[in-house]
Amino acid sequence: MTAVEDPTSAVDLPPAKEVGQARRRKEDARLITGKTTWTDNMVLPGMLHLAVLRSPVAHGRITHLDVSAAKERPNVVAVYTGRDLAEEQGSLPCAWPVTPDMVNPGHPSIAVEQINHVGEAVAIVVARSRTAAADALEAIDVDYEPLPVVLDMEQAVQEGSPLVHDSTTSNTSYHFVFDAGEAGTGGDTEQAFADAEVTVSRRFVQQRLIPAFMEPRSVVVQPSGDSYTMWSATQIPHILRVMAAMVTGIPEHKLRVIAPDVGGGFGGKLQVNPEEILCLLIARRLGKPVKWTETRGESLMTAHHGRDQVQFIDVAADRDGTVRGLRVRLLADMGAYLRLITPGVPALGAFMFPGIYKFPAYRFECDGVFTNKVPTDAYRGAGRPEATFAIERIMDELAVELDMDPLELRRKNWINTEEFPFTTVAGLEYDSGDYHQATEQALELLGYDELRAEQKRRRDSNDPVQLGIGFSTFTEMCGLAPSRVLGSLAFGAGGWEQASIRMLPTGKVEVVTGSTPHGQGHETAWSQIVADELGVPFEDVEVLHGDTAISSRGLDTYGSRSLVVGGTAVVKAAEKVVEKARVIAAHLLEANADDLEFTGGKFTVRGTPGAGVGIQEVALAIFAAHDYPEGVEPTIDAEATFDPENFSFPHGTHICAMEIDTETGFAKIRKYACVDDVGTIVNPLIVEGQVHGGLAQGIAQAMYEEAIYDAEGNLTTGSFVDYLVPAASDLPHFDTGNTVHVATSNPLGAKGVGEAGCIASTPAVVNAALDAVRHLGVTDIRMPLTPERVWRAIHAGGDGGDRAAQGSNAYGGARTTESGIQEAAQ
Amino acid sequence: MIPAPFAYARPSTIEEALQAIADGGEDVKVLAGGQSLIPVMRLRLAAPETLVDLTRVAELRGVREDGDMLVIGAMTTHADVLTDPLLAQYGQLIVQATETVADRQVRRRGTFGGALAHADPAGDLPAVALALDAEFVLAGPGGRRTVPAAEFFVDYLTTALEEGELLVEIRVPKLGEGWGVRYEKFNRVVQAWSIVAVAAAVRREGGRIAEARIGLTNMGPTPLRASATEAALVGVDVSLETVTAAAAQAAEGTSPSNDLNAQADYRQHLAQVLTRRAVAAAAGL
Repeated sequence: MTAVEDPTSAVDLPPAKEVGQARRRKEDARLITGKTTWTDNMVLPGMLHLAVLRSPVAHGRITHLDVSAAKERPNVVAVYTGRDLAEEQGSLPCAWPVTPDMVNPGHPSIAVEQINHVGEAVAIVVARSRTAAADALEAIDVDYEPLPVVLDMEQAVQEGSPLVHDSTTSNTSYHFVFDAGEAGTGGDTEQAFADAEVTVSRRFVQQRLIPAFMEPRSVVVQPSGDSYTMWSATQIPHILRVMAAMVTGIPEHKLRVIAPDVGGGFGGKLQVNPEEILCLLIARRLGKPVKWTETRGESLMTAHHGRDQVQFIDVAADRDGTVRGLRVRLLADMGAYLRLITPGVPALGAFMFPGIYKFPAYRFECDGVFTNKVPTDAYRGAGRPEATFAIERIMDELAVELDMDPLELRRKNWINTEEFPFTTVAGLEYDSGDYHQATEQALELLGYDELRAEQKRRRDSNDPVQLGIGFSTFTEMCGLAPSRVLGSLAFGAGGWEQASIRMLPTGKVEVVTGSTPHGQGHETAWSQIVADELGVPFEDVEVLHGDTAISSRGLDTYGSRSLVVGGTAVVKAAEKVVEKARVIAAHLLEANADDLEFTGGKFTVRGTPGAGVGIQEVALAIFAAHDYPEGVEPTIDAEATFDPENFSFPHGTHICAMEIDTETGFAKIRKYACVDDVGTIVNPLIVEGQVHGGLAQGIAQAMYEEAIYDAEGNLTTGSFVDYLVPAASDLPHFDTGNTVHVATSNPLGAKGVGEAGCIASTPAVVNAALDAVRHLGVTDIRMPLTPERVWRAIHAGGDGGDRAAQGSNAYGGARTTESGIQEAAQ
Repeated sequence: MIPAPFAYARPSTIEEALQAIADGGEDVKVLAGGQSLIPVMRLRLAAPETLVDLTRVAELRGVREDGDMLVIGAMTTHADVLTDPLLAQYGQLIVQATETVADRQVRRRGTFGGALAHADPAGDLPAVALALDAEFVLAGPGGRRTVPAAEFFVDYLTTALEEGELLVEIRVPKLGEGWGVRYEKFNRVVQAWSIVAVAAAVRREGGRIAEARIGLTNMGPTPLRASATEAALVGVDVSLETVTAAAAQAAEGTSPSNDLNAQADYRQHLAQVLTRRAVAAAAGL
């Protein structure tokens, strides 16, 4: 080497790595302004509009239905009832029969004779304008013969309860059991409890929640000959295509489904909706394009809900705090029907109740229960928030019982970093992490010692505003999912993901992903990954998605799977592109392919300075195809399908400091700190955004949101006036941090971040509230922590009581159970 | 979320507006900012035959002085209220309450007069108007009349406005030297209606309270005065003890509702706590 600087060296340096940079999201300008392809923005020539008449009764038979006057209304083209469509509507699919004998009564898209929940479709007006369709609904005449309404899960499972479905013998759809002893992943649970020095039992309530995505659901169907194109505000265009084809009999190859830009979903758009099927059926009948867009009221009332479980949980431990056993029994509200993965949500949660703790014995049982409410299904976290809440809450209760510091109890029982990979009592193999490190970092972010000192001062001075600190040291399973595992759980699909990369003649790159975003930022993150893998500028990458004609294979976006599974498929496809390009480059450079190095987007010949060709030049050369090796395909495009061998397991420590005004019951988050380990971070800005959004939703479950039905089965919280979704102004500043322990199940090392904040935060908030007022005799407060509930819990005892009409939500009161399992079984 | 069909009139003077109301048929609704009317129309809970839109009636908008009184045009928007120099000087109670109304976008459209004529007991401004003994100037086919606040709020969503009448302006006393005010609002999220709120204006003379005016939001079908507390405060020394004792009577004579946000007994408890806090703040404690 000489001391003379090579003037070209700066140019030849590989560009800084894109992965890890806080790129602003390239899709945001169009998403934020709405100047984009939202389904409801779609206008087609001759398009007709659908409006749906919905049942005002929760349970009843249609005794009279006259649509003749509606047909005479101006600009009305047709009116359909359930009878008109009964022969062709089939049943909406349930893809997750969690047990072989699960009872599925079927799910019509439009009621034919019987109504099973308020909001069920009864008739559909098709008109030339949306307003004409809405006006004509008022001219439809319906009478219902009421049936006894079943709303309370605990009553619904009793002998002699009225049935939601006449065709069944009970309101229990299934009984799902996971027993670690039987599975060979743990000891005998009953024995563990029999031998235990200490047991603590609690009954917790997961209130019903509404996903409340920002963009209402919307569907457009355009028939063309015997083919159909459906645009839908869905998370799952690929799954929807298969399912809609199977339901309607339209051959799969004659149906194209497009999810254009989609404005949020949170699991709420992981569904095959009645209206999607109805739009297809009506477009087929009329031969004309049709559109349906829901109102906010329809959305809250009829789009599937989430959570809604009664949880009985028992923990057994030694006096020194070592946990010995865990028992869980759930009642999970299915609502009136089984939708796409309704029964699977609580079953998925089964594997997460042990959390990060080394339980030697574990048994889980769950009853799926029918009620006359809208079906439940996936909602951000889907099974894991419920499990995390229960275990993180009862760890605090155990700490109180043992008079131990709640963090000390956790430390005593959690998996230590040197124990990874660790196979849990639920049979999952946790990949990596360091719970101690995340916790220490979070304590520092919070300013823990000072807040504990302030808490003491407030206690000592009997300050009207008391302070509490609550923990949630959580993990979750992400990267859904290894296909073989899904098969073993009887899920109706695999968990792989596909990507393909197309190298355009000018060197620009199209990445086609099967993972369909609905606000997550795939276009930015995938561009960063591909920019690094191919050594091309970030700006040269375009990401295509959401159209079954463009992205032929895919399993879409849910379960924090996109980056972990879909991103890995992108990496694998890019690796194939490089390998194909290497062969062409070697030919162009007249070198042996094995002698080529590929860095910064350029192939160079080892030991031959100056000789090189860029991958973007190779793209042009192979497009021209004038000069390429014999026996090689003239393309460097590639595709890859990735099926993970394991889940990934993000973890973290969330700490909430909560002020409770004991005079009014008002709860206010004073400070919130969390340290999440989501593995490799591709884009810190996106990660932080996902954490913030997740925190908002998890905190919302703890403090604000609750779907409430009255005694007749009407949704009382049918607008945003009563269903309180917090805004930025209602939430605190979040102090966030990360540790990085890469996932071992994928080459990116990513673990998934879409649900972490939502899963972790809820128990931290409730634990904090209880820590603030436990010295006043409060042992539990029902979610959400309304000021009135908190005030009543402080001043009148109990858990704050039920906001719903008596008997409608099955929640009763949270209480200590001697043994929840036995009590629930009786 | 699509309203039923309706006829629409957009007058530009009070006179034209009164004519449009007279001509509008059986079921006429006056549209001010639409803060409350548009949502109920979109839900088809209201389906008026005719809508008379006052947005273009310029003479209904603005704030002026009239001796010891401030005169606020009915179509003065909440955003106008928040930036008005006269209200900044003499109408701080109105300003404080208005700051808590809805969100920034809605405050651009919603109006002072519209909120009062709607007379929602959960709305923030009726209790303020009542506490201030505001006077409501109503214009009708037969001319104008003035109704005191105590008579204006008749029942739930019901006022002294007769058929064919229009609220044109609201007269409130200037609160100057010696007055302290506080609007204490209690709700679950920032943009929600009050579960309970208390509007307090207190005049101090030396170390004593000379006069107290207290309005209660959402403690009955109409806004209410906490009369017993007001009476108990007159002449007492300014101290937390005297204020607390007087505030304990704040729920006397109230009849709040039971709903998802709060049961009646809890609202009555809140009224006492919030009254204590509002009066204490207004008195400078």
